[in-house]
Amino acid sequence: MPERPAEERALDFGEVALGYTLELARAEAARCIQCKNRPCVSGCPVGVPIPDFIRHIKEGEIQKALEVIKTANLLPAVCGRVCPQESQCEKVCTLSKKFGAVAIGRLERFAADYMAENPAAAEKAAEVKKTGKSVAIVGSGPAGLACAYDLARHGHQVKIYEALHAPGGVLFYGIPEFRLPKKIVASEIEKLKQVGVEITTNAVIGKLFSVDDLLAEHDACFICTGAGLPRFMEIEGEDLNGVYSANEFLTRVNLMRAYDFPEYDTPVETGLKIAVVGGGNVAMDAARTALRLARRASRERGLPSPKVYLVYRRSEDELPARKEEVHHAKDEGVIFETCSNPVRLIGENGRVRAVECVRMSVCEPDPLAEAPAVDASGRKKFRPIANSEYRIEADTVIMSIGTGANPLVPMDTPGLELNAKGYILAKDASGQTSRKGVYAGGDIVTGSATVISAMGAGRQAARAIDEYLKNKK
Amino acid sequence: MGAKILEKRIIREPDVYYYRLEAPLISRKAKPGQFVILRLHDKGERIPLSLADINPKDGTISLVVMAVGKTTAEMAGLKVGEQIQDLCGPLGLPTHIENAGRVVLVGGGFGAAPLYPMAKAFRDAGNYVTAVIGARSADLLIYEKELSETCNRVIVATDDGSKGVKGLVTSSLEQEIKENGAGLVVAVGPAPMMKAVCNTTKPFGVKTVVSLNAIMVDGTGMCGGCRVRVGGKTRFVCADGPEFDGHEVDWDCLMNRQKMYTGREKESFEAWKNRHKGLAEEGAAK
Ligand SMILES: Cc1cc2nc3c(=O)[nH]c(=O)nc-3n(C[C@H](O)[C@H](O)[C@H](O)COP(=O)(O)OP(=O)(O)OC[C@H]3O[C@@H](n4cnc5c(N)ncnc54)[C@H](O)[C@@H]3O)c2cc1C
Ligand SMILES: Cc1cc2nc3c(=O)[nH]c(=O)nc-3n(C[C@H](O)[C@H](O)[C@H](O)COP(=O)(O)OP(=O)(O)OC[C@H]3O[C@@H](n4cnc5c(N)ncnc54)[C@H](O)[C@@H]3O)c2cc1C
Ligand code: FES
Repeated sequence: MPERPAEERALDFGEVALGYTLELARAEAARCIQCKNRPCVSGCPVGVPIPDFIRHIKEGEIQKALEVIKTANLLPAVCGRVCPQESQCEKVCTLSKKFGAVAIGRLERFAADYMAENPAAAEKAAEVKKTGKSVAIVGSGPAGLACAYDLARHGHQVKIYEALHAPGGVLFYGIPEFRLPKKIVASEIEKLKQVGVEITTNAVIGKLFSVDDLLAEHDACFICTGAGLPRFMEIEGEDLNGVYSANEFLTRVNLMRAYDFPEYDTPVETGLKIAVVGGGNVAMDAARTALRLARRASRERGLPSPKVYLVYRRSEDELPARKEEVHHAKDEGVIFETCSNPVRLIGENGRVRAVECVRMSVCEPDPLAEAPAVDASGRKKFRPIANSEYRIEADTVIMSIGTGANPLVPMDTPGLELNAKGYILAKDASGQTSRKGVYAGGDIVTGSATVISAMGAGRQAARAIDEYLKNKK
Repeated sequence: MGAKILEKRIIREPDVYYYRLEAPLISRKAKPGQFVILRLHDKGERIPLSLADINPKDGTISLVVMAVGKTTAEMAGLKVGEQIQDLCGPLGLPTHIENAGRVVLVGGGFGAAPLYPMAKAFRDAGNYVTAVIGARSADLLIYEKELSETCNRVIVATDDGSKGVKGLVTSSLEQEIKENGAGLVVAVGPAPMMKAVCNTTKPFGVKTVVSLNAIMVDGTGMCGGCRVRVGGKTRFVCADGPEFDGHEVDWDCLMNRQKMYTGREKESFEAWKNRHKGLAEEGAAK
């Protein structure tokens, strides 16, 4: 897929991947051999009928393609951009081994973008019969948006309660503009409003209303508050100024638009030497965002070009981020410090100045031990090498080592069962919790996962809630 | 959700304002010790402000705000009837109200105002409530009258002796503890003052609760920007606080983190003042 050149794009927040033209899309679609066993469909967490939509693209029937996608995926413009296709549908594509997988994600994105730019004659939305039932949705990330959409289509009145001043969840405050333009998120939210979904922002559930308050006003409730509690390493110097969680850094930039400071009021500091700790998508987003801010500042003030390090404790093979994001980060100039782990942060006058790291080496499998040298996630274990401490100079350090469950809702909801890590326990895929009429899904049930799985959970919950409401008097 | 300004007046020249906002839902849930976060407009910052009064009957909350920088000064320019674009709350955990016998509330700067709803609650719980408030001079004091309505006693301390006892609030507090004892001390105000209060109460072993004013963004525990070390652990002021055991707080950590954006804040305030001047001149020319 065409991309903007790294030197150009690393100076602004415009989208990196440009998307297919109609010709390119049809040519890519023609590569699909329409195989019988359709492994891609089982590789997709929500079972999009992939070969069918690809066939429509090949035939130039883009609207039909989009309709097919939408039977399973409500957010194709988003998922086409951010899904880890290389470990899902494309990984199992029949062509993948010999010829390289069909670019399913890019085709999905194409179908959505093409129809947004060339809207079909406005189809009149079918009148939905109102059921008179209403559902409260807590959180407006992909799980909440998908659930709201499906419930509204079933004729239920839906009200989304969102803690922040803008809806969209991580799609809005976390994933940067250059990967997922905000106008795409905004248009998805607009569509929801058109089908009658109400969104109340600045409404923190657990504070302004309890879940019980919501149940007094609505017939059911879906909790999808995400996994937004940032973790820190608990090492010396983490409270120094200049040390951020990735959530704070990205929220300041994306939600509060600190990249337009002082026109916008919220500041963010990067300096010229930045260390991002972690190796997931969030770390890549933080590193690439920091790089853009620092490059711009250094240009404007005629300063030396900035350095952005990505410090990760395992080797490059283990990086949990999407391959495409790693490749983008490298192209743009992010320096990968793999097999390295911070042990303390060193400050001067209250500001961070350097990260002290140790080198890490892979644990050789112990021939005598039964246990393999891999952790629960199946990745190789690494251990620190004695006396290998060294320093990376940094004015800004961004901790991106994962998130946990936010306790605000559970704390205020008696009888809501949680697992040992504080995530909400769902009985099964329906998202039914220990409380009657209360469902949960997305990251608050699974821990940090993906947009598509959160969206899928929202839809399954919508189905279960619809059933529940049909039987409820 | 936003909120309309129903009442606004200056309560201390030139920079401390009282606002009463229409916020029926928040007023129903809010408890003393909690705060709200507001954003004035699309380009605005989210800033936390403590509740200075809670009125579920008429569906309002009150704030007392010292204009110290861009956002608070801009807010001071708003008029009655105008709308605050985003108002989010109540946030944070409420003050733990218990019967501790004698409760001493210590306020500095805007901190005297949030003591007002706390004082009511502590008195309702059967405490003898004393407020100690201080300022450099008599004309800089706020909320003396309001606190005398809800407290059993108000002690005023001024640096120059222009009103009440001459000296710092901490001397008055020390004397009060020596003479009458205290089951609980609550301090709200600038960090150095709260730190001094904690140093004063420590030798007496009096439990001291402080309300920390860390820099915040979301106010829901999502960003960790408000973190402070308390009792050797990382705590989020917005979600785990804002009140903590003052004897456990790492004050240097808090005060350093409050300075994180000093340069940027000045830049933003100056830019705003310049724009504002331009607008005023434009207005005058018309
Ligand atoms: C920087 C970043 C990059 C990512 N990149 C990718 C990617 O490339 N591909 C991918 O598939 N996944 C990615 N993810 C993960 C993906 O975004 C999440 O798995 C997904 O957004 C989870 O959706 P959700 O609906 O469960 O929760 P969220 O998107 O987290 O939304 C939860 C919403 O609930 C609100 N909320 C929380 N508490 C309350 C409350 N008490 N009351 C009211 N509202 C509340 C929050 O403000 C938020 O808006 C990324 C995540 C981050 C942070
Ligand atoms: C829980 C809490 C309750 C508070 N209650 C009150 C109150 O009742 N009345 C009152 O006058 N002030 C209160 N404050 C302080 C108030 O939030 C700051 O004065 C305000 O944010 C300053 O913004 P500014 O743009 O006007 O000034 P700036 O020039 O931006 O900042 C001035 C100083 O305020 C602090 N500050 C700046 N931005 C923030 C932010 N986003 N969050 C928190 N602090 C910040 C910084 O220490 C800074 O040095 C409270 C703060 C907290 C955390
Ligand atoms: S303000 Fe973001 S976690 Fe407290």
